[in-house]
Amino acid sequence: MPELYNPKLAVWKFASCDGCQLSLLDCEDELLAVAGEIEIAHFPEATRKVVEGPYDLSLVEGSITTPVDAKRIQEIRRVSKTLITIGACATAGGIQALRNFRDVKDFVSIVYANPAYIDTLNQSTPIADHVTVDFELRGCPINKMQLLEVISAFLADRKPNTPAHSTCIECKRRGTVCVMVAGGTPCLGPVTHAGCGAICPSYQRGCYGCFGPMETPNTASMSKEWKKLGASSGEIERVFRTFNAWAEPFRNESEIHGEEKK
Amino acid sequence: MAKKKSDSKIIKVDTLARVEGEGALYIKVQGNSVQDVRLKIFEPPRFFEAFLRGRDFKEVPDITARICGICPVAYQMSSVHAMEDALGVKVDGPLRDLRRLLYCGEWIESHVLHIFMLHAPDFLGYEDAIQMAKDHREVVERGLKLKKVGNDLMTLIGGREIHPINVRVGGFYKVFKKQQLKDITEQFKWARDAALEAVRWTATLSFPEFERDYEFVALRHPSEYPFNEGRLVSSAGLDIDIREFDQHFEEEHVEHSNALHSVLKERGAYFVGPMARFNLNFDQLSPIAREAAEQAGLSRECRNPFKSIIIRSVEVLYACDEALRILENYEMPDRPFVEIEPKTGTGYGCTEAPRGILYHRYSIDDSGKILDAQIVPPTSQNQKTIENDLKEFVPKYLDLPDAELTWQCEQAIRNYDPCISCATHFLKLEVDRE
Repeated sequence: MPELYNPKLAVWKFASCDGCQLSLLDCEDELLAVAGEIEIAHFPEATRKVVEGPYDLSLVEGSITTPVDAKRIQEIRRVSKTLITIGACATAGGIQALRNFRDVKDFVSIVYANPAYIDTLNQSTPIADHVTVDFELRGCPINKMQLLEVISAFLADRKPNTPAHSTCIECKRRGTVCVMVAGGTPCLGPVTHAGCGAICPSYQRGCYGCFGPMETPNTASMSKEWKKLGASSGEIERVFRTFNAWAEPFRNESEIHGEEKK
Repeated sequence: MAKKKSDSKIIKVDTLARVEGEGALYIKVQGNSVQDVRLKIFEPPRFFEAFLRGRDFKEVPDITARICGICPVAYQMSSVHAMEDALGVKVDGPLRDLRRLLYCGEWIESHVLHIFMLHAPDFLGYEDAIQMAKDHREVVERGLKLKKVGNDLMTLIGGREIHPINVRVGGFYKVFKKQQLKDITEQFKWARDAALEAVRWTATLSFPEFERDYEFVALRHPSEYPFNEGRLVSSAGLDIDIREFDQHFEEEHVEHSNALHSVLKERGAYFVGPMARFNLNFDQLSPIAREAAEQAGLSRECRNPFKSIIIRSVEVLYACDEALRILENYEMPDRPFVEIEPKTGTGYGCTEAPRGILYHRYSIDDSGKILDAQIVPPTSQNQKTIENDLKEFVPKYLDLPDAELTWQCEQAIRNYDPCISCATHFLKLEVDRE
């Protein structure tokens, strides 16, 4: 019998906190089993071994923020059969996209004494702005069970089951009492993409949007409800402007309230 | 990779693996002397200190957690303590214990990841833990299970293991009934035994003979092994309040790194992390951790950074023991957090991240808006010490073939468990023999 071919997996990092790729190492019960089904061909955080491409599956973490990285993602796309982005940085630009609302030169000089040593782009942009992406997995951080689902779906050549409905549905499923309706706590759940399992409301706090916008979110109506609960324009601007600030529906909503604030 | 011309050479590793973040190392050797060592950090800058300006003081634990996916709790703890300092609030009793408990979870998760997945493969000659598992399945499986207990604790107390959601300025969003902590308490009884076994196992590894006179810097608390509070002390006699940090330490911006190098103004490079904590706080370890350390052959002061793998295991044992103590004595607090009203002020926070001291300073206005933020992570403090280690380490091993020398250099860097995502936040090694 011929030896079974294990698909080659590569993990790539751009501007990010490392948390999403750590999710793979956090699959303590499944890691050795996954490693039996795929060949870990490039994953610097976990191994010094490097197997040459092309790769069957590339997982990309992080956003594009430097001229060098803008070139590197093109090379990675060329050697990847399937390219999947993992996390808010790779799919929406991440929290470092807060620079996109300002002049990056001001930012450089706040942090570094010799700004001339720093080579950075004006904007932090998602991977899909640069190359074709086959699938985007949401979250800041991603949910590790969803990551396993995406890898399993890839191995079985099927579409991953990661619903695009709101976090509200997840609260209903786990039987969490609505913190907004019953508790008067402002919550982004109604406009936020599902995936985390609605953790915050089960810890008595409102959702703060780690998974970014759901499919067709009604952000205007959301803001109206927040105002009824006493939120200021500044607060609404800030809550839409965190880890998924550059995702279009959140960006537009934050800009409306940023204008109002003035 | 190495190029050899006459008696000089460049050894170069483009991507140093098994560290968190992106960087490179460049070493230039002439004859038997090392001309230049550069730990290059090319992880792109993310400008946290800049975009924290104008944000609300309540947002710091959620925002700063995103600096690092491996040690988010450290960022949350330093930031909330700094804000509470600015606002004149003290969080104590069971809420303080719960914070310490959450931090135990992070030390375990982060240290065990490094011991078994990132560092141990170097000692045994494997490229990674997956390959090591083919010959040492039991060791790797036990390590993964121990790591999982740390993560389970973070998931319970923090809501999730990466970027926990339950921490707020003033305390937590939700606290727990004693009954809810029963299952995790049972898991920790197993974990403490497994951690003791990890100390014994790491002590059987073989270590290069290598010691230097370091200045160790860590927090020191009068009655506890340090997590969230204490004075900043050093093996050279430094003993200051954390508010005096900027008077004694400064950050230098050098061309080859996107991370700022931190130095002691008076004396230059210093050493933070598990070995510094251990050496400066040995007497504060719990009896089981102290005995295990002594049986592993560690005396009061360890100056061989390769042995940091044993010390990490000792700290995992301590964290398991301490978590059990807190879990067993836990009584549910009356309220999950202390109410806080904003006011103008400046606050300081310094806590012991798994990799060493993490310093935060914030100034806020009377509405709670952040005017200025400063964050000094552990890896940027160790950068210079790592470079100095290599300057002394490389000449002793120049007879080795380049591939082996390169691997040894990587191992010497991994002694520090560098987190480059934090420091700018990966490494690329280049040894240049000319």
